[in-house]
Amino acid sequence: MKKDLLGIAELSSEEIYLILDTAEAMREIGQRPIKKVPTLRGKTVVNLFFEPSTRTRTSFEIAEKRLSADTLSIAVAASSVLKGETLVDTAMNIEAMSPDMIVVRHAASGACHLLSRICRSRIINAGDGMHEHPTQALLDAFTIREHKKRIDGLKVAIVGDLLHSRVLRSNVLLLTKLGAEVWVSGPRTLVPAGMERFGVRVSTSVEEAVADADVIMMLRIQQERMQGAFIPSLREYFTVFGMTAERVARAKPDVIIMHPGPMNRGVEIASEVADGPYSVILEQVANGVAVRMAVLYLLAGGQEGG
Amino acid sequence: MKRLLKGGRVVDPANGRDGVFDVLIDGDRIVRVGRDLPVEADVMVVEVPSGLVVCPGLIDMHVHLREPGQEHKETIATGTAAAVAGGFTAVACMPNTHPVNDNAGVTEYILKKAAEANLARVYPIGAVSRGQDGEQLADIAELRQSGCVALSDDGRPVATALLMRRALEYAGMFKMPVIEHCEDPSLKAGGVAHEGYHASTLGLHGIPGEAESIMALRDISLAELTGGCVHIAHMSARQTLDAVRYGKARGARVTCEVTPHHLVLTDEMLVSPIPYDTNVKMNPPLRASEDRDAMLAGLADGSVDVIATDHAPHHYDEKHVEFDRAPFGITGLETAVSLCLDRLVHAGVISLARLIELLSVNPAKILGVAGGSLAAGAPADLTILAPDLAVTVSVARMRSKAKNTPFDGWQLRGGVAATIVGGRVVYEGVGSLLQFLPPAL
Amino acid sequence: MDADRIARTLTRIAHEILERNAAPGDVHDLALVGIRTRGVPIAKRLAQLLRDIRGGDEVPTGTLDITLYRDDLMRHAVGPQPVVRKTEIPFSIDDKRILLVDDVLYTGRTIRAALDALIDFGRPKAIQLVVLVDRGHRELPIKADYVGKNLPTSPSQSVQVHLVEVDGRDEVEIVG
Repeated sequence: MKKDLLGIAELSSEEIYLILDTAEAMREIGQRPIKKVPTLRGKTVVNLFFEPSTRTRTSFEIAEKRLSADTLSIAVAASSVLKGETLVDTAMNIEAMSPDMIVVRHAASGACHLLSRICRSRIINAGDGMHEHPTQALLDAFTIREHKKRIDGLKVAIVGDLLHSRVLRSNVLLLTKLGAEVWVSGPRTLVPAGMERFGVRVSTSVEEAVADADVIMMLRIQQERMQGAFIPSLREYFTVFGMTAERVARAKPDVIIMHPGPMNRGVEIASEVADGPYSVILEQVANGVAVRMAVLYLLAGGQEGG
Repeated sequence: MKRLLKGGRVVDPANGRDGVFDVLIDGDRIVRVGRDLPVEADVMVVEVPSGLVVCPGLIDMHVHLREPGQEHKETIATGTAAAVAGGFTAVACMPNTHPVNDNAGVTEYILKKAAEANLARVYPIGAVSRGQDGEQLADIAELRQSGCVALSDDGRPVATALLMRRALEYAGMFKMPVIEHCEDPSLKAGGVAHEGYHASTLGLHGIPGEAESIMALRDISLAELTGGCVHIAHMSARQTLDAVRYGKARGARVTCEVTPHHLVLTDEMLVSPIPYDTNVKMNPPLRASEDRDAMLAGLADGSVDVIATDHAPHHYDEKHVEFDRAPFGITGLETAVSLCLDRLVHAGVISLARLIELLSVNPAKILGVAGGSLAAGAPADLTILAPDLAVTVSVARMRSKAKNTPFDGWQLRGGVAATIVGGRVVYEGVGSLLQFLPPAL
Repeated sequence: MDADRIARTLTRIAHEILERNAAPGDVHDLALVGIRTRGVPIAKRLAQLLRDIRGGDEVPTGTLDITLYRDDLMRHAVGPQPVVRKTEIPFSIDDKRILLVDDVLYTGRTIRAALDALIDFGRPKAIQLVVLVDRGHRELPIKADYVGKNLPTSPSQSVQVHLVEVDGRDEVEIVG
């Protein structure tokens, strides 16, 4: 494994499978009476979150603690950015305390690439702007493999605000690398330029995208998208793209419904679907810890010069 | 003092010359250019080594010197030093300083600083609107009077069609072109890179080429309406070039410029060799290879009038941040000639004579300043090029204060042997073959 | 050791286990935990043998991966992390007499890691160690309770155990 986890783009399919297989083993630890192994004992991991996050940050914290690492979460308030301390200075100050790994979430695409160039610590991308969220894609893949036993050959439909979603980019990269047939769907105004070059089918018809799908993955659509004139209203969005039971019925009978969270019920997904029998949304959360444990373990090995 | 540059290849397209000629200089003027000129007693003879090319001084008509107000990025002293090191005998500097150059005071300050530096000539460009805020015209007559050669709100477009119309009409009275940064602000929105596949893979907000061409069409229509002169700055999109051709065909007085980096690089630089390299972030952004290739075709077929660098120095700290937050712009004065010689002339896209048109003849014409020609009586502004010099671009050796360039380490064929302004040698290249030129008195 | 010898050795060990755990109730508390990778098929074979000899229910058998407990992780400058496989111990180890099973006992560090791992699973009544081969050169104070064969070796040699379930044949060979 390379020094950092900046994105799925830098991972080979072998490395992805290695992470998924290791996560299998890690999951079992969460089922023991003593949910701890000594593997990262004495290692310091800093969670440097420039964007608020409960789900991802907690998941990383638990993963770190289960591996016996010393963990420190820093929620960088907007105010210290306003005070003028740059991302680079903040990271260099943290580095001065010699953490082994820094888990970073930031609002700017490429923030982790910048830190990777200047920090000695291993950088794990917990979400950078609109670019990538690799551990989310990995835990999504883990969840899919759990249910479907494989990834290649599956039809996966990803629906929502494609343009602004880092979860989309990471998932598209991972699923196409592993041989799935990926369809992406959303309003035309929210389709990134050059989307076809990602190796996916693009459709502004959600019905077409989910037809006979094995997996349906919903993405958040945010209130802010009405500024910038991307969509006229959330109400209209739900009518055209919302995942309703009726649309789910077009997929395969054993389809699984996924969502990276947090959900906007009644906007991208109907409550009955979110809570319905096909939904694996809560499993995704549970799997997040095992997958992140695998990533931390695989990245932690070796020292300088490794 | 009289000097005779003897036996060099002279490329002077304004006077139809490309061949071996002698150039006789007296003080700050060119006296004569001809073959085998007689050598008089009081003339110092300088044998031009073979392989070097003597041409009219290069003029960069789009440069940000940052002074007054942003001296941490560049000063007029360092900027003009960079200019002459890059082979430019003159630069035209944009008014988006702090304070904006919308009055005689700032114009005179700039000219004073340029005179103190005493290197390249500086032609200030005045603001179109007061404070460049797009509401009222600046005092254009005053700007003209104090020394401005053109007007621009560069950094942004002239805010409204009405104001652009008025500017073209009014500036036309003083024969000043309006240099326009073509960009529709609503389409540019929060964009930081060319809207396309590469920006999408990196999760960067994109700026479509049409953001530029829409505004170009507006300005070309207004140029037609008013009879004024509009010069399209730093053109990057093929749609804009099409608009320029359309305008020229209809007889509108429109000219356009392209930067060297838009002729050499594409948006693939966002991803490789350094992903999110802020030294490839500029506005307008590097576009797709179709756009770059269209610009090259425009150079060759005459649709493009000028190559200008849009030299935009920034302090290292300002660029050493997340891509979204970095200011737009890269330097250009010290890389332009080598890039153009290597990637345009040696690559066979255009001839050396055409390059001199783009870098000297046309800028002089558009700005209405002396230059671009080695005629008798012309100022003795000359650039001695070394088209076969092996150059390795080195940021460490640059005279500009700023290091924001993606070309560091590039190996190019072609460079500057010497730069002469008003008869004085203001720059001599290291390793230049022309080591024997004594400075003027 | 050839296949035949291995089979007879395991049978002998199975009898020894039953002898030493002959006190009333002891046998019912027995459980086998094989250390990955080759301790696992040996444990499974022992479970089968114990059942064959004694009759009754099969002795509960589990699989233990000790990778995450190794004392040599994070110490090597280069190379990827060792692969982690699943640990499956589908029964409570509290109050059990655990028979920890491995193929080769050498420095004792693997067993030390296994003991640490087992303690995290609960509080067994006792842990006894079963190995097919003891090749000496202990670096920690660890001793096996049941040894298939003592094979004196030099540190430059290596002992390779092949088992049908993993390698397609039964054989123990010394290499080097």
